[in-house]
Amino acid sequence: MSPLSKVAAIILAFIFVLMMLATIFVPAPYAQQFRDVPNAAPSSAHPLGTDALGRDSLSRLVYGTRVSLLLAPAAALLSTVIAALLGIAAGLLGGWIERAILTVTDLSLALPWLFLLLTVRAMLPLDVSPMLSVVIAFAIMGMLGWQASVRVICAAVRGIRDSDFLLLARSTGCTPARLLLRHVAPNLRPLFYAQFWISIPLFILTEANLSILGLGVMEPMPSWGNLLRGFEDFSSLAANPWRLVPLILLVIVVMCFQLVLPSPEVTP
Amino acid sequence: MIKDNPNTTLFRQTFRRLLSLVCLCVSGAFCSATLVRFAPGYGVQERELDPRFSAQSLEALRQKQMAHEGLPGFYLHYIAALARGDFGESDSLKRPVRQLLRERLPVTANSVVRGLGIAWLAAASLASFGLASRGWLYQATSTAFSSLLLSLPSAVVAMLAVYLRTPVFCAIAVVVFPRLHRYIRTLLVRSYDQPHVLAARTRGLGNAVIFWRHVVPIAAPPLLALLGVSFAIAFGAAIPIEALCDSPGVGQLAWQAALSRDLPLIVNVTLVICFVMLAANSLADFAGRALAQNTQ
Repeated sequence: MSPLSKVAAIILAFIFVLMMLATIFVPAPYAQQFRDVPNAAPSSAHPLGTDALGRDSLSRLVYGTRVSLLLAPAAALLSTVIAALLGIAAGLLGGWIERAILTVTDLSLALPWLFLLLTVRAMLPLDVSPMLSVVIAFAIMGMLGWQASVRVICAAVRGIRDSDFLLLARSTGCTPARLLLRHVAPNLRPLFYAQFWISIPLFILTEANLSILGLGVMEPMPSWGNLLRGFEDFSSLAANPWRLVPLILLVIVVMCFQLVLPSPEVTP
Repeated sequence: MIKDNPNTTLFRQTFRRLLSLVCLCVSGAFCSATLVRFAPGYGVQERELDPRFSAQSLEALRQKQMAHEGLPGFYLHYIAALARGDFGESDSLKRPVRQLLRERLPVTANSVVRGLGIAWLAAASLASFGLASRGWLYQATSTAFSSLLLSLPSAVVAMLAVYLRTPVFCAIAVVVFPRLHRYIRTLLVRSYDQPHVLAARTRGLGNAVIFWRHVVPIAAPPLLALLGVSFAIAFGAAIPIEALCDSPGVGQLAWQAALSRDLPLIVNVTLVICFVMLAANSLADFAGRALAQNTQ
């Protein structure tokens, strides 16, 4: 791990711990309104001011970060598990199963990611509770974000399938389950980790895009996307620079995730 | 041993690619039809609640609906209509989807092509410049700059474009550029580090000659594949950008359809985009293979 990667990992860990301990130091619950001070400037009571509805911005930022930082890894885990199952099935079984899985993968890879998300999101009810909207947004991402990983995992499994050590294990009478758990899966572990880490910043940015478009996390539940919706009036940011804090935090977190990751493979 | 003619191999690969394109499109159409058929609210018509319709008219409407109630009948009707170029009617805009696509697709295509042109030019120029000056300062600056752009959601770039009054294609270029720059730089560096390039350098060939005659031919096939992928990135970026910049393209149409749960519209828009993407990827793939064969 390079020194830069270590710094990025430390920053991520710090932000993560801060978000976990959010309830201890936030000035107010994220939905509580202070109706006498809407659009307030930073003060001792509201360190990042208040939004147009009089809600404390720091509380919303902290809780919003918690939503994004907890659920993006959950969605990444879901997509990695799906990709692992499909990739291993395609790579190990081969034949028409491999062709079918790769055809479906090709079909979904051909579609721009946001088009696919919009289509599936449109199938589901939009008038749902804020908590359910959070679950729907991240569950959709988790269930649709596996395509790119399947191809990589399938190629790796294909390599392992033809390897000598697997042939030896098979010849000694290993059961398929044992082959999979003791010989195939451990060799794919670094690949799973990489796919998992690559997915997290992608899902964070996608949630932000969806929420800005009104199809992600619903109000009053805060998320980075919801907080960035305030940027629609960019001209007011010059007078209220503290409103840039959610964007700065988002950029820092996504950049840290990118720095922690190894550089991308050239396989467009 | 009889060796195949390279042209025959290329023709066979093209034929296979076309066949798989057709198969993918048919399966995509089936998926779309299934999504529409099983989506919540399918078959419920707003007109049934209109008190101005008589009982007979309502019955006629229900009979018409019943004609495609069965799943095989629905699929048959849907695929037949698609083959005729009939994408149905938008529920929210009350206009034929085909007409909407005809109006909006050129707007998005124009923005995407211009945006991609700028992004490719900028990314390729910067990567080539980086090849010439491979110092740590350049590496650090370019990496930091593209990481910063990669960390910005496309919707924020769109809002910034609205504020700065820049055209939609510029915002698309800003979103696509960092992704292209990373890949192009890595591809060029990898090609530049090949042993035959080193040999050419030791023989005293000029930088320009080395670049155009030894580096570019090796990097060209994957770069063409990247061109196909970049279309998908640009079309994806077009949704938030067109929606927030109020540009009347397909991205804005898909967003409006999603917000109003206009299923026939969004599913058919997605199907058309899927076809465009597959065609672009196939073309890029075919060109890449042909080029790789020529290079060999």
